[in-house]
Amino acid sequence: MRIGVVTFPGSLDDGDARRAVRLAGGEPVALWHADADLHGVDAVVLPGGFSYGDYLRCGAIARFSPVMSEVIAGAQRGLPVLGICNGFQVLCESHLLPGALVRNDHQKFVCKDQRLRVESASTLWTSAFEAGQEIVVPLKNGEGGFVADEDTLDRLEGEGRVVFRYLGGNPNGSLRDIAGIANERGNVVGLMPHPEHAVEVGYGPGTDGLELFTSVIASALVSAVGA
Amino acid sequence: MSTDTPARPSGAALDTVERAAATPEHELPWEALGLKADEYERIREILGRRPTGAELAMYSVMWSEHCSYKSSKVHLRTFGRHTTDEMKKHLMVGIGENAGVVDIGQGWAVTFKVESHNHPSFIEPYQGAATGVGGIIRDIMAMGARPVAVMDSLRFGTIDHPDTARVVPGVVSGVGGYGNCIGLPNIGGEVFFDPSYQGNPLVNALCVGAMKHEDVHLANARGVGNLIVLFGARTGGDGIGGVSVLASETFEDTGPSKRPAVQVGDPFQEKVLIECCLDLFSAGLVEGIQDLGGAGLSCATSELASAGDGGMLIHLDRVPLRDSSLSPEEILMSESQERMMAVVTPANVDAFLAVTAKWDVEAAVLGEVTDGDRLLVQWHGETVVDVPPRTVAHEGPVYERPYARPASQDALQADAPTAERLPRPATGEELRATLLRMTASPNLCSRAWITDQYDRYVLGNTTLATPDDAGVVRVDEETGLGVALSLDGNGRFTKLDPATGAQLSLAEAYRNVATAGARPLAVTDCLNFGSPEDPGVMWQFAEAVQGLAEGCEALGVPVTGGNVSLYNQTGDRGLDSAVLPTPVIGVLGVLDDVSRRTPSGWREPGQVLYLLGTTRDELGGSEWAWVEHRHLGGLPPALDLEHEKLLADVLVNCSRDGLVDAAHDLSEGGLAQALVEGSLRFGAGARVWLDELCERDGIDPFVALFSESAGRVLVAVPREEEVRFNDMCTARGLAHLRIGVTEEVSQETRLDVQGLFAVPLAELREAHTATLPAHFGG
Repeated sequence: MRIGVVTFPGSLDDGDARRAVRLAGGEPVALWHADADLHGVDAVVLPGGFSYGDYLRCGAIARFSPVMSEVIAGAQRGLPVLGICNGFQVLCESHLLPGALVRNDHQKFVCKDQRLRVESASTLWTSAFEAGQEIVVPLKNGEGGFVADEDTLDRLEGEGRVVFRYLGGNPNGSLRDIAGIANERGNVVGLMPHPEHAVEVGYGPGTDGLELFTSVIASALVSAVGA
Repeated sequence: MSTDTPARPSGAALDTVERAAATPEHELPWEALGLKADEYERIREILGRRPTGAELAMYSVMWSEHCSYKSSKVHLRTFGRHTTDEMKKHLMVGIGENAGVVDIGQGWAVTFKVESHNHPSFIEPYQGAATGVGGIIRDIMAMGARPVAVMDSLRFGTIDHPDTARVVPGVVSGVGGYGNCIGLPNIGGEVFFDPSYQGNPLVNALCVGAMKHEDVHLANARGVGNLIVLFGARTGGDGIGGVSVLASETFEDTGPSKRPAVQVGDPFQEKVLIECCLDLFSAGLVEGIQDLGGAGLSCATSELASAGDGGMLIHLDRVPLRDSSLSPEEILMSESQERMMAVVTPANVDAFLAVTAKWDVEAAVLGEVTDGDRLLVQWHGETVVDVPPRTVAHEGPVYERPYARPASQDALQADAPTAERLPRPATGEELRATLLRMTASPNLCSRAWITDQYDRYVLGNTTLATPDDAGVVRVDEETGLGVALSLDGNGRFTKLDPATGAQLSLAEAYRNVATAGARPLAVTDCLNFGSPEDPGVMWQFAEAVQGLAEGCEALGVPVTGGNVSLYNQTGDRGLDSAVLPTPVIGVLGVLDDVSRRTPSGWREPGQVLYLLGTTRDELGGSEWAWVEHRHLGGLPPALDLEHEKLLADVLVNCSRDGLVDAAHDLSEGGLAQALVEGSLRFGAGARVWLDELCERDGIDPFVALFSESAGRVLVAVPREEEVRFNDMCTARGLAHLRIGVTEEVSQETRLDVQGLFAVPLAELREAHTATLPAHFGG
């Protein structure tokens, strides 16, 4: 399976996302922000970092890049899209996911090994997990507080679209401890923690993050067999 | 036409070379630019006329203490005299380039360097620290390397001083804000509080980069007709004169303000610049490269030209500006960040500009390498600089500053922290209370409040970081080849005995790299001292350099580069106004396979704790003397460099052969602190007995726990390896003693010093972690 990883100017964890794809058994494909072409990839990862410096508002400029028009169109067709950290912010700015990410409530950047509960195993990016499973992946951001209005939060909860929730204390003030969410169809997932930094023993806290990438690869195999 | 354009030295007209020759009597403000009368006279001699305003600007910044090393140069030559051919074996590029380059095998090379940004960080903590990080990263890029990690060594005033609450959060968020945004993991460093740093915080940043041997680039402008390209950020009015004025003068409450804007950093621009440079290198489009840091274009043009084989012509009006009113002098002095200068062949220039365009990086062809031996700078067709570049870059003044052992040194060394002088805890209860106070004290408490604000994971190659003894990153994903780095300094030991103190700092960094399992290879240093105009400070400096050079020779690790920061003092009390003399030493080691690295704490129960090395009653300059008695006096611990070498060798072998699961250096706070940190690392307690240690070394439990004797490491040995481990230590003649066993990770786990006291880890953790958040906010 060919999984595209977008590099915006200011992307930082794009190489790490490509490594995670490779370790999960996929073929990473580097996509360039200025190139309005997904080169036929089967899924897309929007990586962490500070796209375009995040100077206006995190993800606000990236959303208008040429490659994003293709990602948005693809996501609406059902293409699996994962947004990690800054990628999650880009997905919210693109309205592929609801809500927004704001400055951490304690006003500081935070880097720590974060315990999460996988609330939903029914997205294309979490099917290899069991619902309710606890995992540990790094969290590292300054603007990770997930906010949305009450109705949206209720709808996300009601439709089972809260995908990851923080455990062991809320690290950034996210409403209802939400760490990651999905769109209605379950092909677009965004989360603040960094699963691509938990894919190799010795380089981060374990390998719990690998499952997101194996999930999407397995989903593709299932749909290929199904077709 | 704007009326507020800066006045030129000779009025409204452009001060050209022609004009300078015609108006020899015209006085220039050389004194205001920090030059001495004899220095100005030398410039006139070199040029055979008075300098133009632009030339004076260049000479004044390049001949400042910060750029010319005029006070330290004569002493720094000591390093060369103590670097043997054997030590140069792994050295691909030595002192003098932007950073040294070390061969780590398998076709890989690394380059690393530590540099100070002390004065700007006091004035504007966030930007000062941020641009300190940005500057050292560009030095590493200028060698052709991809930067792979950063570290920082920070020193502040007393923790409860109101100004410390301004400086610490600003510096920490500046280091983090810049490093996090450019995607380099911060893998360690140190933080230290002492009243001497109150008005002079030290912010030293280290960067390490990696490249294949064939990718090493140098800063020189060769090949007549090759083009000089400036690329990166636009040039603005920030940091003008920052080098000569900010870095070379002390801060006084009175007198005219000499505080031009501290440079402002843009990490996004730097990140793009890194990727752009790497693309340029890999496409083979760069003949020579130089970063723009202190002294901006003055430095880059004169250094590139003087290291080349010809002259250089620069059209200064082609420099892209943020502020169109800047004069040629200001453009030459501006320290705007995130700029690089490359030498490019005419055939490659279109391809070069295509790469910069891809990254939306602005680039301008400023001029070319010429066949003369002059550096010519023109402004709209008129020549404003015509100088021999070496005289600017390398032939600045050299001072033989007077130095003398301060009269107070004898009294300081005589004031030893004996048991009669400073009361010592003796009972289990007293020792327990001392340990809890010590582990919560500013210099021993957990650094998590700081390091949790730094991204340690980005790039996916970090395998050890703070709180481990050294940071370890993988360089080659195929083979696991990687490097370990530690950054250490001890100003108190250096104050008590500069030569030994500098060597102790070196030995600690060397030991830390070895505890992680890496073979120490090379050294970088940042020498932070007070005013060189004070003979006592100069004596500290000379002694420290001599000690360091001899220490490096004894350990077989060469100094590859670094930085000197002088004038770190406030007030007019001479030596007493200066910071503690603080050489900060970075040691780089190599691991053929980073999966063999050793962490600083244990996590399996039932492993055997061994103490390597011997303990003496050595509390001069110790944390205990300071925390419990606010005492600094006596002599620092003795150092045996042959023992340090042996210890490192054994540790590296143990790591490679899997004989130890944890290893932790004993330094500030002694064995007590090592036990606390080793237990808290993974939350596994320990049971320890001190009787045999006290008997063997002729000491009491207090000395066993809190002495800071050098050359000691605590290791956790799996039981099945104990025989092999013992045999190895015995065969090598390394003092080793079984002092305890590890406990399991559990809620109830304790640090139990048998027969004396026990502390639940939960209580230790609370004491250890509460201090920084309590002072600087949760």
